[in-house]
Amino acid sequence: MAERERRLTPPRGGVFVPRVQVLSAEDVQRALVRIAHEIVERNRGLEDLVLIGLQTGGVPLAQRMGRSLEEIEGTTVPVGMLDVAFYRDDIGIRPVLPEAVTDIPGDLAGALVVLVDDVLFTGRTVRAALNALADYGRARAVQLAVMVDRGHRELPIRPDYVGKNMPTRIDEQVDVSLDGVVLGDVVPR
Amino acid sequence: MTDAASTVLLRGGTVVDEHGERRADVLVHGTAIADVGSGLDAPAGSRVLDAGGCLVAPGLVDLHAHLRQPGAEEAETVETGSRAAARGGYTAVLAMPNTDPPVDSAAVASEVLALGRGALCRVAVAGAITVGRAGEHLAPMAELSALGVRLFTDDGAGVQDPEVMRRAFEYARGLGVTLAQHCEVSDLSAGGAMHEGAWSSRLGVPGVPAEAEELMVARDIALARMTGGRAHFLHLSTARSLDMVAAAKSEGLAVTAEVTPHHLSLTDAELAGYDPLYKVSPPLRSPEDVSALRQGCVTGVVDAIATDHAPHPPEAKETTLQEAAPGMLGLETSLAVSLGALTDGTGMALVDVVGLLSWRPARVAGLHDQGGPLAAGAAANICVIDPGERWEVTPARLASRSRNTPWAGKTLTGKVRHTLFRGEAVVVDGEAQR
Amino acid sequence: MSGAPADGGRHLLSVSDLGSEGIEEVLRVADAFVEVARRPIPKVPALRGRTVVTLFAEESTRTRLSFETAARRLSADVMSFSMAGSSAKKGESLRDTVETVTAMGVDALVVRHPCAGAAHQVARWVDAAVVNAGDGWHEHPTQALLDCYTIRQVLAERAGRDPASVGMECFDGLRVAIVGDIRHSRVARSGIWALAALGARVTLVAPGSLLPTSLQGWPVERTASDLDTVLPEVDVCYLLRLQLERGVGAHLPSLREYTAGYGLTARRAGLLAEDALVMHPGPMNRGVEIADEVADLPRSVVLRQVANGVAVRMAVLFLLLGAGVGADVGALVGEGE
Repeated sequence: MAERERRLTPPRGGVFVPRVQVLSAEDVQRALVRIAHEIVERNRGLEDLVLIGLQTGGVPLAQRMGRSLEEIEGTTVPVGMLDVAFYRDDIGIRPVLPEAVTDIPGDLAGALVVLVDDVLFTGRTVRAALNALADYGRARAVQLAVMVDRGHRELPIRPDYVGKNMPTRIDEQVDVSLDGVVLGDVVPR
Repeated sequence: MTDAASTVLLRGGTVVDEHGERRADVLVHGTAIADVGSGLDAPAGSRVLDAGGCLVAPGLVDLHAHLRQPGAEEAETVETGSRAAARGGYTAVLAMPNTDPPVDSAAVASEVLALGRGALCRVAVAGAITVGRAGEHLAPMAELSALGVRLFTDDGAGVQDPEVMRRAFEYARGLGVTLAQHCEVSDLSAGGAMHEGAWSSRLGVPGVPAEAEELMVARDIALARMTGGRAHFLHLSTARSLDMVAAAKSEGLAVTAEVTPHHLSLTDAELAGYDPLYKVSPPLRSPEDVSALRQGCVTGVVDAIATDHAPHPPEAKETTLQEAAPGMLGLETSLAVSLGALTDGTGMALVDVVGLLSWRPARVAGLHDQGGPLAAGAAANICVIDPGERWEVTPARLASRSRNTPWAGKTLTGKVRHTLFRGEAVVVDGEAQR
Repeated sequence: MSGAPADGGRHLLSVSDLGSEGIEEVLRVADAFVEVARRPIPKVPALRGRTVVTLFAEESTRTRLSFETAARRLSADVMSFSMAGSSAKKGESLRDTVETVTAMGVDALVVRHPCAGAAHQVARWVDAAVVNAGDGWHEHPTQALLDCYTIRQVLAERAGRDPASVGMECFDGLRVAIVGDIRHSRVARSGIWALAALGARVTLVAPGSLLPTSLQGWPVERTASDLDTVLPEVDVCYLLRLQLERGVGAHLPSLREYTAGYGLTARRAGLLAEDALVMHPGPMNRGVEIADEVADLPRSVVLRQVANGVAVRMAVLFLLLGAGVGADVGALVGEGE
């Protein structure tokens, strides 16, 4: 596990070589808008809602999703960011360094938190994020939105909102940004 | 008439002594050399030792060995130290008096001499200049001299009080003995753990400035001039110390000087890793000092290479640089290290390097049975050196009881193949025979 | 530096082994821990199950407390071990002591010792990560790191930016005067190399008897003995502590004369540029190297230094113990080059 994850952790472990463009920039934007609608529908509005992007891939998605929610409902949604480096259960067996700062808007007690990440894979990042969130107060509920669910879960975690379900081989790599989703391989440097 | 077991033929080597070099075999009978010449026949029942490709030289003589007995037998004993000496090619060592109790009385000197009688080399004894090496009252030099002590020193420290040193020189002059000084003004060196300079400044280690040595060299030269006494300078480590000795010699003063193999080969940069194995007193100095010491060997200002063999138990070194005891082993590596520093380092002839290790120190110490020359009738104190043999220093295989050598794991060139002490082959093919 | 590498794991022994990239890494990670410190529960589980031992052969309540707080906030288990006086006197070598302690199962050893190179020696004997918390006159790397962190933090605030976005450019050409007992100062030996590695221009100000014998190879721009002429031209005035308890007074005619020549008096503080910082590693000898009224000026960031100490030490422990194999912190390996 450690060896595989390290190999798959860019940029330290290798070089990402793109193979197939799975979603275009427009596809990503459409998926974000759709998820935004689903969030509004499922929660019957935006009351107490806080979007939290997971560093680093989830942050731009959360910010864009926040704007979509604003356009739909006409109210501002607080958007935060969370780095889970210190909460991972694989510290010491893979390179875990804080990528960027954590910025949580206010106390989360009673909030409805939607965690936003780019790719859902083993589930370990989300588990770490749930532990980290607990240090900021007791949220009323936590939901999970991801752009790509690529399978291979190692923990009982499932997403509430998915941009695209995308079966992958375990050694493939998925690159997600606002510019699109690309499937490729990581080759050693 | 002949006991065949006591006849040894050293065959096929190059004899080297103060008369020069020549291809010759050496026949030893009993405790003396019976014949030196080419193509000697081995008498029936004699032992033939191969000296092919080797130098056959007078046994080496160390003016400066800490054998630690009595008092610190966990570090070394006269027996283990003499075995280390024999493996290093030495047939005589001068045991330093900073034992516990120190050699400041006839009783302790006699004890060490008695311990030395069964040793694998001659163990001569140096006496303390002052009682308890405390630098205050003169030790009974006449009583010690009557036991054969020719050299006196408070080594480990210098005699700080110039008035005490003056009296010592005056008193020693009448006995015809030499005062050997560990030159170090303690007020300047206190707390110091390495040479004071660029490295100590960077490493944050309290330093021992060159001047701590040089001030005392200058003082003792002045006192030798004033009193007509004989001064020997132990383990000189700085360029300016040698300059002063050279000037004193050209003035005609009775001064001699020794340097150590480590001061000829290592600099204070070795301390960068804070390894206490490199802590010695005086400390390893600058590259300029090292090259000046080498040059002093070439020009003859230096009279002897002395090991300052200083064994310590592991706990004395397994601490910080500042707290660790100073000193390193020397007897078993001295020849190789000296050859490396001087023949490779300066182009000095082998015979001259061997001279610094053998007949020149023998003269300083007044050991007349030592240092050759190798001729029929002379005492059979001989070492056979393979100057080209490369060997790795393995602490566990050293004969010394201690292991504190910075050469551990390093490959040196030049090894002692056989050592004959008073005709007995105490080392054969590098291994001590008892 | 050359010399025998300390083997057996990754250590922080000397700041000069970090290089500018290593320092930057520590500062970047420290940013994350400064954020942790602001949380209602200022603690993360990063080093749960790990054991950190503080091994102090020289008393320093402040430094020990700072390291122990850092370790606890990372959820590590903490043990402290005091070596009162010299262990050699008790017939036990330093190596015996260290091996006994690490036999209990230790992941990191934080070592403070009155002798230079102690942490280097310890690192040779143990598998645990070794952090030098001050060795004699040699180095005090975490002090230099927290000083750099504090400088960047203050300069970022003044520019109205967050420290991460300021990056390391703020050190480029920064004019720093280090004043006082350079000779006996581990703070100076770490600080000078750290600041210079980041591009700062360092001036040393001290009487000759408190300067090192040799400054060969030191990355300092100049040395000066007249503090008055230096002060108007610096961005940071770093005052070293005069270690009176160690007899440093013998290097000076009197404290009065030292203060007259090298103390940051109220008059001298007036010579500093408007926005210059005053720093001190603490504890301050008020009235000797720094006047009371100067110590409490807003430009004095001494308390910030203390506060940042915890975050920086969290970063160091996290990088050594938590960042794991393959992480880009090779520069933290405290080996000679």
